[in-house]
Amino acid sequence: MTAFVQPDGINTKPLVQARNVHKAYEHLEVLKGIDLDVMSGEVVVILGPSGSGKSTFLRCINHLEAIQKGFIEVDGDQIGYRVKNDRLEKLSANGIAKQRRKIGMVFQQFNLYPHMTVLQNIIEAPVGVHGHNRKEAIETAKGLLQRVGLLEKADNYPRQLSGGQQQRVAIARALAIKPKLMLFDEPTSALDPELVGEVLATMKDLAKQGLTMIVVTHEIGFAREAADRVVFMDGGVIVEQGKPEEVIGNPQHPRTQAFLSRFL
Amino acid sequence: MSNNITTNAAPSGAADFRDVATAHTPFRTWRLLLWLVIAIVVVDFGWIVANNENFGWPVVAQYFFDPTVIQGLYVSLGLTVVGMILGVIVGLVIAIMRMSSDRLASGFASLFIWFFRGTPLLVQLIFWYNMSTLFPNLSIAIPFGPTLASWDTNSVITPMTAAIVGLALNEAAYMAEIIRGGLISVDRGQAETAEAFGMTKARALWRIIIPQAMRSIVPPTGNQLISMIKATSLVSVIAMADLLYSVQSIYNRTFEIIPMLLVAVLWYLLITSILNIGQNYIEAYYGRSDRRNAGAPKPVAVTEEASH
Repeated sequence: MTAFVQPDGINTKPLVQARNVHKAYEHLEVLKGIDLDVMSGEVVVILGPSGSGKSTFLRCINHLEAIQKGFIEVDGDQIGYRVKNDRLEKLSANGIAKQRRKIGMVFQQFNLYPHMTVLQNIIEAPVGVHGHNRKEAIETAKGLLQRVGLLEKADNYPRQLSGGQQQRVAIARALAIKPKLMLFDEPTSALDPELVGEVLATMKDLAKQGLTMIVVTHEIGFAREAADRVVFMDGGVIVEQGKPEEVIGNPQHPRTQAFLSRFL
Repeated sequence: MSNNITTNAAPSGAADFRDVATAHTPFRTWRLLLWLVIAIVVVDFGWIVANNENFGWPVVAQYFFDPTVIQGLYVSLGLTVVGMILGVIVGLVIAIMRMSSDRLASGFASLFIWFFRGTPLLVQLIFWYNMSTLFPNLSIAIPFGPTLASWDTNSVITPMTAAIVGLALNEAAYMAEIIRGGLISVDRGQAETAEAFGMTKARALWRIIIPQAMRSIVPPTGNQLISMIKATSLVSVIAMADLLYSVQSIYNRTFEIIPMLLVAVLWYLLITSILNIGQNYIEAYYGRSDRRNAGAPKPVAVTEEASH
C-alpha cells in the first residue's frame, strides 16, 4: 500500500503553492491574502472558527471557486488557467475538468451519487473520466472498500448506509482516481457524534501512508494526532501555523488561544 | 420494572400489557352499506348504457377493427411517438439552453417557450400547414448572400410534415419546462461533485444529473404523452388521416356519428391505459435507489425477526 507515496524525493518544489490568494463575494471579502505551501506527502489540517474562510480556501484549490487575485498551483498546474503566448488565459470548463483529475475531494455532505450502487459510485470517475479498464477499476474499488471496511456493502445504494459508512465510501471513491492530493471539506461535520470516529480512523490510516492531504475540520484531536502541520485561519488570513504540538499545545496568537480554549 | 406500572392499567389481568398484535378491526356496517349503494348505482348505469340502442353497440363492434379505423390508429400512434421523441430531444436542448449562463442561448430558449406555449396548438398546426401562403419557397442560403438550394413549400410541407413539426415544437416547449424543473430539483452538490472529479459538463449531465432528474421528469412526461395522443386528433383539421379523421370519414358516409365516436373513444382509452401501466414501471425503475431494502441481504431481516 505504498501507492500514495509520491516518488519525487529529489524535487523539493511544493505540491501545492498558494500566493496572496484573495476572494470576495460581492463586497464581502472572504480570503485576504493567503500564502501556503504544501509539500508532497504532507498532511495539513486547517482549523479556524466558522466564517474564517477555511472551506472557501479549500474549494479554491481545485477551482470550485475562482479566486480574484493571487495564484494557486497544484503539481505544476495553475488550476483554471494556462499560459499562452506569455499571457495567462482562462480555461474552458472542460479544460479545467482535465486539470482537476489528479485531485480527490471529500465533501461535508458526502455527495455520493444516490442512483448508483456503492461500487458504481467508486468506478464512475476511474472508468468514465480516466478511461481505466472496467475490470481493473472494479478490482481496485473492491480493494479500497476492503480498506474502509465496507466490502460487503458494494452492491448497496448510498441511502441504505449510515452517514459514517457513506463518508467512508466517499473517501474510497476519491482514492479510486489515485489522486496526488486529497481535499477534505469538513468530512465529519454532518455526522452523528458516534459515527465521527470511524471516518477519522480511516483518514488517519491514509495520513500514515503518505497521502498528501489538506483537511478542513473542527476535530482538534485529529489535528493533534495526524497532522504534520496545523494552519489556523481567522478572518480570511492565516493567523498561525506550525507543528500540531506548537499550534495546539502552545498557541502564540490570542485568536488561536481563544478558539482552542473552547475545546479544552 | 415496567411490569409493576402496566399491570394496574391492564383491565383483563390476562396480560401485562395490551399488545397491538391482538387488536382486531370491528365490522363497519355503514361502510358496507355505502359500498353496496355505489355498486348498485354503477351496475345500473352500466346496464342502461349497454341496453340503450342509441349507442349502437353492434355498429361499434362492427367497425372496431375496420381497416380504415386501424389505419387511422397507426397514424395517431405514429404521430404520437415521433412527435414525443422529437419533442423530448428538442425540449432537452431548449431546457439546457434556458439554464445556460449564455444570454443569447437562454434568451432564445425563453422566446421559444413563450411563443409555442402561448399560442393554441390548433392555430400552430394550421399555420404550418399553410406555410406556402407565407413563404412560397423554402431555401437554404447564406444570409444576405447566394441561395444554395430551394424547394417549393407545398412539396415539403405535406399534412404529415406539418403535423409532425407542429406537434413536436409545441411539445418541446412544454417538455423544456418539465425537464428544466427536473434538472433544477437535483441537489447542487451533485453537479459540484461531478465537477470536482473532473467530469466534463456533458458527462456530468448525462451520468449524474439526468438520471436523478428523471424521477421528477417521468410523471409529468407521462401526462404529456397522454395529452399528446389526444392532441393528435387536432391534425384531422389539416386533412391528416388520424384515428378521429378516419371515424369521421366513416360517419360522414353512414351517419352513425355516436357509435363511430365511441370506437375512437374506446381506442383512445385503451392506449392511455396501456401507457399508464408503462409509466408505473418506468417510475419504479427510476425510484429503485429509494427503496431502503433493495438489494439488502435477506437473512438479516429474518434473524432480526427471530430475535424478537
